[in-house]
Amino acid sequence: MSGRRIFTRPARIAAIAPYLWMALFFLVPFAFVVKISLSQTAIAQPPYLPVFDIGLGWQALKSAFVTLSFDNFRLLVSDSLYLSSGLRSLTVAAGATAMLLLIGYPIAYAMARLPRRWQPVAMTLVIVPFWTSFLIRVYAWINILQHDGLLNKILLALHVVSTPVVWLSTDSAMYLGIVYSYLPFMILPLYATLAKIDPALLEAAADLGSSPLKSFWLVTVPLSLPGVGAGVLLCFIPIVGEFVIPDLLAGSDALMIGQTLWLEFFTNRDWPVASATAVLLLAILLLPLLIYDRFQRRQMGRS
Amino acid sequence: MAEVNPTLTPDIDEVAGPLLRIETVTKRFGGFTAVDALSLDIKAGEFFALLGPSGCGKTTLLRMLAGFEAPDEGRILLGGEDIAPMLPHQRPVNMMFQNYALFPHLSVRDNIAFGIKRAGLPRREIMARVAEMLALVRLEGLEKRRPDELSGGQRQRVALARALARRPQVLLLDEPLAALDKKLRENTQRELLELQRRLGLTFIVVTHDQEEAMTLADRIGVMNAGKLEQVATPRHLYEQPASRWVAEFVGDINILEGNVESRDDHRWTVSVANAGNVVVTAPREATDSATVCVAIRPEKIRLSRRGPAADAGAMNRLNGTVASVSYLGGASVYTMSLDNGATLRASFANTARLDVDAYAVGERVVAWFAPDDCIVLGR
Repeated sequence: MSGRRIFTRPARIAAIAPYLWMALFFLVPFAFVVKISLSQTAIAQPPYLPVFDIGLGWQALKSAFVTLSFDNFRLLVSDSLYLSSGLRSLTVAAGATAMLLLIGYPIAYAMARLPRRWQPVAMTLVIVPFWTSFLIRVYAWINILQHDGLLNKILLALHVVSTPVVWLSTDSAMYLGIVYSYLPFMILPLYATLAKIDPALLEAAADLGSSPLKSFWLVTVPLSLPGVGAGVLLCFIPIVGEFVIPDLLAGSDALMIGQTLWLEFFTNRDWPVASATAVLLLAILLLPLLIYDRFQRRQMGRS
Repeated sequence: MAEVNPTLTPDIDEVAGPLLRIETVTKRFGGFTAVDALSLDIKAGEFFALLGPSGCGKTTLLRMLAGFEAPDEGRILLGGEDIAPMLPHQRPVNMMFQNYALFPHLSVRDNIAFGIKRAGLPRREIMARVAEMLALVRLEGLEKRRPDELSGGQRQRVALARALARRPQVLLLDEPLAALDKKLRENTQRELLELQRRLGLTFIVVTHDQEEAMTLADRIGVMNAGKLEQVATPRHLYEQPASRWVAEFVGDINILEGNVESRDDHRWTVSVANAGNVVVTAPREATDSATVCVAIRPEKIRLSRRGPAADAGAMNRLNGTVASVSYLGGASVYTMSLDNGATLRASFANTARLDVDAYAVGERVVAWFAPDDCIVLGR
C-alpha cells in the first residue's frame, strides 16, 4: 500500500523515545532556567521572586507577561565582565579545538592504518583514561605542573632550564589540561570516518598519477570532513562551557563563562543572572550546531 | 599424425615483439606463493584475459602490473623497460577497479578529470579530454552527478572513462563486469570489445567467468595455483585443452579413464574400465604413458534409440539408459548411465519448439561420438 508501513508499531514508538527524552530532560528544565532568568534575585527560598504562577489563572499570566523584565540580560550586555568572559570562552574553545584537531588527526589516521587486529587495541588505549575520574586526572596534572613537580624536575635534570618554570595558573597549563581531557572526543569520530574510507580509493588515486601526499589531500581529507565536523563540535561546545579545567589550572585574572556562571550561582547566589548567562551560552552555541546541521544535511542529500 | 583443424592453431602472429613481458615473476605472501615463476608475453593491441578460480593469483599478477604489489623475483618489462621499481603513480598503465573505486565526493566530470589533472595539462585540454571521454562512454549530460546518483552500468562506464582518460599503454581491468546483472553484462561486453578495437589499446582483464573471457579475449591465460596452465585462443583452449585441469575448468566435459590397448599413426584404441573400448584420433603430442584420459565435450555426443546408421563418424557406441534430463532453454543436458557403470553427459541445442521425440528418463539409448571429438590427456 505505502512505503510508510515498513515501520511497525513498536518501531514507531521507539522512534519517539529520543524526542521524549529531549523534551523531558532538556526542554522542560530549560524552560525553568528561562523563567528564572526573567526573575529578580531575592533573599528567599528559592532565592528569586516568582515571575508568574500558573495556578492564578489566565488573567494573572497575562499581566505577568506585560511586566516581564529583561534586566538580567541587559546586565549581561552592559557589564564587560560577562562579555569578556564569553569572548574568552570562545577564544579558548577555538584555540583548543584547533590544537585538538592538529594532534588528533594524525593519531586517528595512524589508528585507521594499523593492521585490522591492532585497531581495537589502539581504540581501548584511547578510551582507557576514562576509567579514572576526570577530576583525579586534572589533579594529577597539578602535581606534574607544580613548582617542584615532575615536569620541572625533568627539565632541570636535562638542563633545559636553570630555575623551575611557573606552569600552574597559566593559560598554557589550561590548554594542556583541555587538550589532554578532550583528545578522545576528537580522535574517536575522526577514526570512525577514516577507517571507513575504502583503501581502493587511495589505490585508484595513485593509479591515476597522484603522489601519496596529493592522494591524502584530494581523497582522504575531503572524505574525512564529516568526522572533522563531529570531532570539532564534540570538543568545541563543551569547552566553551568548561569550568573545572580553567578553575584548577588557569590563573584567576581572566574567567571563562562557565566560571562566571558558577560565581553568580554559588558565590553571589544570584540565580536569575546565572540563568540568564546559561541562556546566553546556549544561544551562542546554537550557531555552530546549526552550521553543522546544514553541512550534514548536504552530505545526507548526496547519499 | 592426423590433420588438425587449422582454426585450432594459435592465430596470433609472432612477428611483432611483445608490449608487455612478464619474466619469471614470483610473489609470496608469508609462506603462500601467490604467483609462481610466471612468464607471459602480451602484444600491443591484444585483448588478454587472465582466467582462473579465486585464489589462483590472477589478481595478484594484475596488481603487480599496476604497481600495488612488488614482485619478489622476476622482471616486468613494458616496451622493453623494467617497470618493477616504478611506483603506481609513475606507470603508464591504468586500472579499472573491481568495484570501480569511484571517488564518492567528486562528480562524474571530476572523477574522469582526476588523472588528467595530475598530468598537468592546461585547463582547456583537460575539459576537452573529459568531453571526449564522456562521449566515448555515452555519459553526456551526467557530468555533474555524483557516483551514488548513478546506476551500476553508468558507474562502470565512469570507471572505464576515468581509466582511459590518461591514454594508458595498457589498461588493466579487474573483474570489470562482475557487479552487473546478466543482461547488462552481455551488452557491456560488446561495448567493451568494440571500444578496445576502436582505440587499438592493449587490455588485460582478470575474470573468473569463462564465458566473459571467451567473449572478450583474443587469448586467454588459464591460471591455477600461481602458474599459467595454458595460454591460448578461446577455441584452442576449449577444443585442445593442455591438461585435464584445464579441460575440466573450461566448460563441461566427460572424462573417461582408460589404458591404451593399441596405437597407430591415426587411431588409438583405449579400453575404458566402465565403458568398453573407445577409438580416438591420435593426439598431437603423443604420450608414452599407457594410462590416459579420454575427454569428450557433452555437445559432441549424440544420442539415438536404435544406434546410428553405420558410418565412420559413429565408431564409438556406448549403451545405457537416460538417468536425468535438464532443460536449460537453449539446450538440454541428458545424463546417461552406461551399462557398465560410468555416467556420460550429452547436450543438445533445442532447435525445435515442440520436441515430441525427447528422450525420457529410464529410456534405453545409444550414445555415439567420432574419434575426432575425443581429446586424449595424461592423467
